[in-house]
Amino acid sequence: MTTAILVQALALVFDPYVLWVILGSAIFGLFVGAVPGLTATMATALLVPVTFFMPPVPAIASIVTATAMAIFAGDIPSCFLRMPGTPASAAYTDEAYAMTKKGQGELALGAGLVFSVIGGLFGTAVLILAAPALAEVALKFSSFEYFWLVVLGLASAVFLALANPLKGIVSLLLGLLVASVGLDNPAGFPRFTFGNAELAGGLTLIPIMIGMFAVSEILRSVAAIDKPWEMAQAKIGNVFQGMWGLMRRYPLQTLRGSVLGTAIGALPGAGADIAAWMSYAVSKKFSKERDKFGTGHVEGIIEAGASNNSAIAGAWIPALVFGIPGDSITAIVIGVLYIKGLNPGPTVFMQNAVQIYAIFMVFILANLIMIPLGIAAIKGAKQMLRAPRELLMPVILLFCIVGSFAINNSAFGVLLMLGFGIVGYLMEENGFPVAPAILGMVLGAMLEENFISSMIKADGRLLAFFERPIAAGLGALTLAVLLVPLLRYAARIRRT
Amino acid sequence: MKVSDALSGAGLVALGGIVLWHVQGFPAMPGQKFGPAWFPGLIAVGLLVCGVVLLLRAPAGPRIALPEWTRRARPLAGVASVIGGLLFYVLAADKLGFYFTGFVLVLLWTRVLGAAWRPALPVAVVATVVIHLAFYKLLRIPLPWGVLERFAF
Repeated sequence: MTTAILVQALALVFDPYVLWVILGSAIFGLFVGAVPGLTATMATALLVPVTFFMPPVPAIASIVTATAMAIFAGDIPSCFLRMPGTPASAAYTDEAYAMTKKGQGELALGAGLVFSVIGGLFGTAVLILAAPALAEVALKFSSFEYFWLVVLGLASAVFLALANPLKGIVSLLLGLLVASVGLDNPAGFPRFTFGNAELAGGLTLIPIMIGMFAVSEILRSVAAIDKPWEMAQAKIGNVFQGMWGLMRRYPLQTLRGSVLGTAIGALPGAGADIAAWMSYAVSKKFSKERDKFGTGHVEGIIEAGASNNSAIAGAWIPALVFGIPGDSITAIVIGVLYIKGLNPGPTVFMQNAVQIYAIFMVFILANLIMIPLGIAAIKGAKQMLRAPRELLMPVILLFCIVGSFAINNSAFGVLLMLGFGIVGYLMEENGFPVAPAILGMVLGAMLEENFISSMIKADGRLLAFFERPIAAGLGALTLAVLLVPLLRYAARIRRT
Repeated sequence: MKVSDALSGAGLVALGGIVLWHVQGFPAMPGQKFGPAWFPGLIAVGLLVCGVVLLLRAPAGPRIALPEWTRRARPLAGVASVIGGLLFYVLAADKLGFYFTGFVLVLLWTRVLGAAWRPALPVAVVATVVIHLAFYKLLRIPLPWGVLERFAF
């Protein structure tokens, strides 16, 4: 990285237009995060049509900023309403609410903010250091390595993160099936199109994502529309009161949360919500005051709060280097990167170095402006949480309609959105996680293409998948990820 | 709506079977072992296997259980209006235009979800106009004018 690139990247970021976009997206993200029923992924899906007509850097900057803010802001209603603002805060919602009930709401919100910023900056640092280094290695990758990477990503999404792997596999397979619709396959044969021109190009991802992440969420909110939100009272003065003490008291927890969060984020298919659950559990397990957990104890909030924000940045590592999304947000982002000519892959760090470093700077900037804007959001929380759902949800729905329409300028997008909205709602309702399906849709084409071209190169010999050293290592790792849970599962069945 | 694992399993078996049967008609690639049927075929086999396992391991219980909100008027009407309204948009937007459908839908949804006329009417007008201007003018998305074609700007 030369200084010339850095200077050019700085000029891209500190352009008034870009700064306005960042400010606007930050406020949007804080609002979406703070209102239960609106999630960070939904914010991303809704931003995509808006980013269409922006240059690459502001387009990506808006998503980076909005998601970072939303994950923090998700903590706010946990304190006031005992409802997570986004799924990433669900792990410690009860804890935060218990703190408010004890009169420590201010401390809980302050810790949420400060340790979100620390976690976010940590994840960003890892992203900046690790992504270009990984890209150097990835330059040597052939279709064999990519094949294993994709399989590894899909396998870890299903096995490492889920309570019910079988339903995860079903979800993944359904996503892969959706991905195989259309002409876009190595043979160029129109699959499952039934002569329909709309289907020949494949099912467009953005309307599907708006459906699965926004419409299904709105259906859930509407189904609970007659249950009023009850707001707990909390006096909010100086949210930084006592933060220095917490930082000195829990440095290990902060670091552990940030490291685990970045790693979970970088793992395909698992994002901020799973990172928070795991970090909260780790925090409890190793805590000296384990019995205080659940009664309004700040330790778990610190660790999990750092974790979910670091996961946001971590997820960008595989997304930028390999084009493999680390979470459902980057699953959407990858599409935007292609549209903006920043095709993810190891060469993006050379061909688009200026833009990539500008995006890294936006990450830092977003986490820094989270401090003043976060304080404002905490102070204005009561007003935000009073936003009437019966007016908000219809307006968001209209926005969803226009967003789905805008991708191909066709009402078919709206139909796709509705269909997948209902499917997403039913899947979640019945314990089928949505994230593996999205991962399958995004990675289906890549999986098939790399498998077929590897098989052609190897002339059908499966052993060829293990002949190159990196491919062999990745292959062995993948088989381990696949086999270990299966063996454990088999052992458990034998015992019962 | 809770669907029992047995029923979802059966559904997946059916889906896998249909896909497997359908891909038999895909052409082979001359000189190559892996044609277009290979990938979806493998997925279909996976769906079949998962479906059978789900079916076999399914705990006993009702096949379909309606959630508790379907017995309450406002949520039920709300969910129905969201699904019906989106279908209405797909069918009618091109003929009636965005202004008309957008306004009607927002008004319908706000009212069904329990808003009074006083906030509902202005919200419907402002939301439709602002979203139209933002997407049609700023982002140049060709939202349909429909019956208002004469007034297009």
